[in-house]
Amino acid sequence: MALLQISEPGMSTAPHQHRLAVGIDLGTTNSLVATVRNGISTVLNDEQGRAMLPSVVRYLDAEELMVGEAAQRSQSEDPTNTISSVKRFMGRGLADIGDISRFPYRFIDDPNAKVGQVQLRTVAGAKSPVEVSAEILKVLRVRAEASLGGELVGAVITVPAYFDDAQRQATKDAARLAGLNVLRLLNEPTAAAIAYGLDNAAEGLYAVYDLGGGTFDISILRLSRGVFEVLATNGDSALGGDDFDHRIFCWLLEKNTLSALPPQDIRLLLTHARAAKEQLTEHDEARITAVLSTGALVDNVLNQATFYEISQNLVQRTLQPLRRALRDAALKIADINGVVMVGGATRMPQVQRAVGEFFGQTPLTNLDPDKVVALGAAIQANLLAGNRSGEDWLLLDVIPLSLGIETMGGLAEKLIPRNSTIPTARAQEFTTYKDGQTAMSIHVVQGERELISDCRSLAKFELRGIPAMVAGAARIRVTFQVDADGLLSVFAREMGSGVEATIEVKPSYGLSDAEITRMLQESGQHARQDMQARALREQQIEARQLIEAVQNAMVQDAELLSAEQCKQIDEQITLVQAALEQQDAMHLKRAIGALNEVTVSFAQARMDKSVSHALSGKNISDLEVK
Amino acid sequence: MSATSINFQQSFFEIFGLAQSFKLDTPALEQAYWSLQLDVHPDKSAHLPDAEQRLAMQQATFVNEAYQTLRSPLRRARYILKLNGVDTQEEANTAMPMDFLIAQMELREAVVEAVQVRDVDVLTELESGMQAETNELERQLAAKIDGDRNFAGAAELVRKLRFMEKLAEEIADAYDEIDN
Repeated sequence: MALLQISEPGMSTAPHQHRLAVGIDLGTTNSLVATVRNGISTVLNDEQGRAMLPSVVRYLDAEELMVGEAAQRSQSEDPTNTISSVKRFMGRGLADIGDISRFPYRFIDDPNAKVGQVQLRTVAGAKSPVEVSAEILKVLRVRAEASLGGELVGAVITVPAYFDDAQRQATKDAARLAGLNVLRLLNEPTAAAIAYGLDNAAEGLYAVYDLGGGTFDISILRLSRGVFEVLATNGDSALGGDDFDHRIFCWLLEKNTLSALPPQDIRLLLTHARAAKEQLTEHDEARITAVLSTGALVDNVLNQATFYEISQNLVQRTLQPLRRALRDAALKIADINGVVMVGGATRMPQVQRAVGEFFGQTPLTNLDPDKVVALGAAIQANLLAGNRSGEDWLLLDVIPLSLGIETMGGLAEKLIPRNSTIPTARAQEFTTYKDGQTAMSIHVVQGERELISDCRSLAKFELRGIPAMVAGAARIRVTFQVDADGLLSVFAREMGSGVEATIEVKPSYGLSDAEITRMLQESGQHARQDMQARALREQQIEARQLIEAVQNAMVQDAELLSAEQCKQIDEQITLVQAALEQQDAMHLKRAIGALNEVTVSFAQARMDKSVSHALSGKNISDLEVK
Repeated sequence: MSATSINFQQSFFEIFGLAQSFKLDTPALEQAYWSLQLDVHPDKSAHLPDAEQRLAMQQATFVNEAYQTLRSPLRRARYILKLNGVDTQEEANTAMPMDFLIAQMELREAVVEAVQVRDVDVLTELESGMQAETNELERQLAAKIDGDRNFAGAAELVRKLRFMEKLAEEIADAYDEIDN
C-alpha cells in the first residue's frame, strides 16, 4: 500500500483510545448489532447494507452451516436442519415448550439432559439452543469487528425483561460460546427506554410495550435527570409475532381442511402466513397462494377484519401484564406520560389501537421498533466499556419474577420479591431437623405461584459436610445473590460450628467455564471458520483503506494522471468493490493486488511531487547545512 | 475505583446522611440514593478487574437494601425498632387485640367473596378502606417513634401494619384472579 504512506503523512493508523464495544439485540426473528461511533449510536450493516440478520441457522453437514437470509430462504426446503425462532427454546426443557408438533424440528427427549436444555437433532448432530444462538452471535461479532476494525472489548446482549434465570443464563452462555465478553445482559424494554429517553430528553413516567417475534414485555420506568429507574416489569416470554403467524396458519388449515402436514409444508405455510400478516399492516387484504408437497393448492384471501378476529385474544393477552405492572408500580393509567412501542409486532394496527385505547393516548411510534433495542444496548455497552461520554446517567433495573425456596408441603416461600431493584441479596438461616444430620437439600424456584409445582424449578442442591450436632443446633446461612445481569448465585455458610466454610452453588442448567472451553475446543470447524472470517475481515479493512487512499490521492493529484491511467485505476477500484460484496478472502486479496499494481506509477509520481514540493519550500542553504 | 466507598457498618440512615426518624423526607432519600448508586453501581466498574466488580455488586446490593428498607413504612419502622433493641416478634407474638383480629378476618372474607362474584368495585372499596387504615397506623407510628420515642409501644403497631401489608397482597392477588 505505497499510496497510504504518502496520502496520510503523520497520521497514525493505530485506533484511538476508544474501546470497541457493541450492543446486540438477539431477537427471535431478527438480530442486530450496534455501536456508539463519534457519540452517536448506530446500527452496523453487513456488506450488502442490511441491518437485520434473520435469526435463522441452517446446518448443511457436520462441517458447514449458513446463518441469516440464505438460511431463511432454505427453510421450506430443509426445515429440520434450518432452525428459526430458537430464542423460544432458550433455557427451556421439552415440557416447557408444549405442543412440539407446531415446530418442524426433531426434538431430542433425553431424560438425562440438564434442566432447561432441550436439544434438536440436525444433520450436524444434536444442537442445543445455546449453540444455535452462538452461531448467530458469531456472525454479528465478525460483522462488528470487520466494521470497527478491531477486537471487541465486550458486548451488551439484550434479553426480554420477563426472561427467567434459566433463559438469561442460556443467553449469556451463548454469547461466551460465540467468543464475546458479556459486559451485561440488558432487558430489552430498558434498552429501548435508554435510546428513547436520551434522544428525547424525556422526563416522567413511561411505559415500554415490547412485542417481539416470540416474547412480550411491559416495563414501567421513571426517567428523572439521567436516572432510568424501572419501577415494574411484567410480560409473557412465550407470546409474540410468531403466534400471530400461527393463528393465520391454523386458519389456513381450517379453510383447506388440512391436518398432519409434513415439516416442509408447515414451514411453507408459516412463511406465507408471516408475509400475509406483514401485508395486512398496510393493506385491507392479503392473498395466500402455496403449493403443498402433495401438489394440493392453497389459495385464500385473508382480510383485515378476519385477521383481527382470529388474533384478538393474543392482543388481549398483552393487556393483563399491563394492569399487573401498573399495580406493582402503584400507578394509575393516567400517571403514564408516554407509551413507547418496541418490536416489529407493534407495527400491527390492531396492537397499536388496543394499546392506545388502554392508555388513553397515542403510543409513541417515532422510533424504528426494530432497531431501538440494539441502539440502546450500544449506548449501555459504550458506558460499560469505560468510554466516558459526557453526561453521567444511571440505570436501575429490576428482577422480573420472585425467587423463592421450597418449604414443607410443597409450598414456595418468596425470598426476593419480583420488581426488586438489582443487584439484590437475601440471606436465610436454616437448621437441621434430625440429630447428626450432615446434609440438607434446598430447592430454588422462580415464579409468583404458591405451589412449587406451578413455579419454575431453578436448582436443587445439597449442602453436605454439616458438622454432626443435635437437631436444631446447626445454623446454615444461605445467601441468594442476584447480580446486575439478573442472574442468581447461592452461597451457603455453616455458622453454628464456628467454621465458616463458604460454598457457591450455581443453578444446574448453566454451562460451567470448563464446558464452555471444551465446546470451544471441540468445534475445530468453528475455529477454522473463525480463521477464515478473520482473514476476510482483514482483507476487507485493507480494501476499504486502499480505495479511500487511492480516491483521495486522485482528487489531490489529478494532474499527475493521464485519462488512460485514471480509467485503469477506476476500473480496478470497481473490481475491488465488487469483490468486497462477495465475502471471499482470496478473491478480494487478488483484487487488492491488482489495484496496488496499477497505482504503482501513480505512487511514484506522487512521491516525486512531494519531494520536489518539499524542496521548493526551503532555501538551498538550509539543505546544505543538514 | 469510585470516590465513594460504602461503610457496611453504618446504619441505613447514616449512609444516606439522614436522621433516624419514622417521618421520611422522600425526595431527600431518593436524591441520596441516586447519587450513591451513581458511584457504586456495577455499571460503573464493568470494565474493571473482577475484584472491583464484586465489591461494586456488594456495595450496590447494600445501598439497594438500605433504600428499599427506608422507603417502605413497615420495613422502616421495623428497622428503627431493631436499631433501638426492640424485636417486633411478628412471628412469635400472636396476642393481637380481638377486635382487630375479627376485623381482619372479615376483611379477608370480603376479598374472597369479591373474587367469587368477580366484583372489582367491591375490591376497590376494600382497597381504599385498607389504605385509610394503613395511613392511620403510620400516623400513630410516627407519633410513637418520633414523638414519644416509645419503641416497645410501637411494636404492636408494626405487627398491625404487617397485617395490613398481607391484606394488600391479598387484594392485589384478587385483582389478578378476577383478571384471569
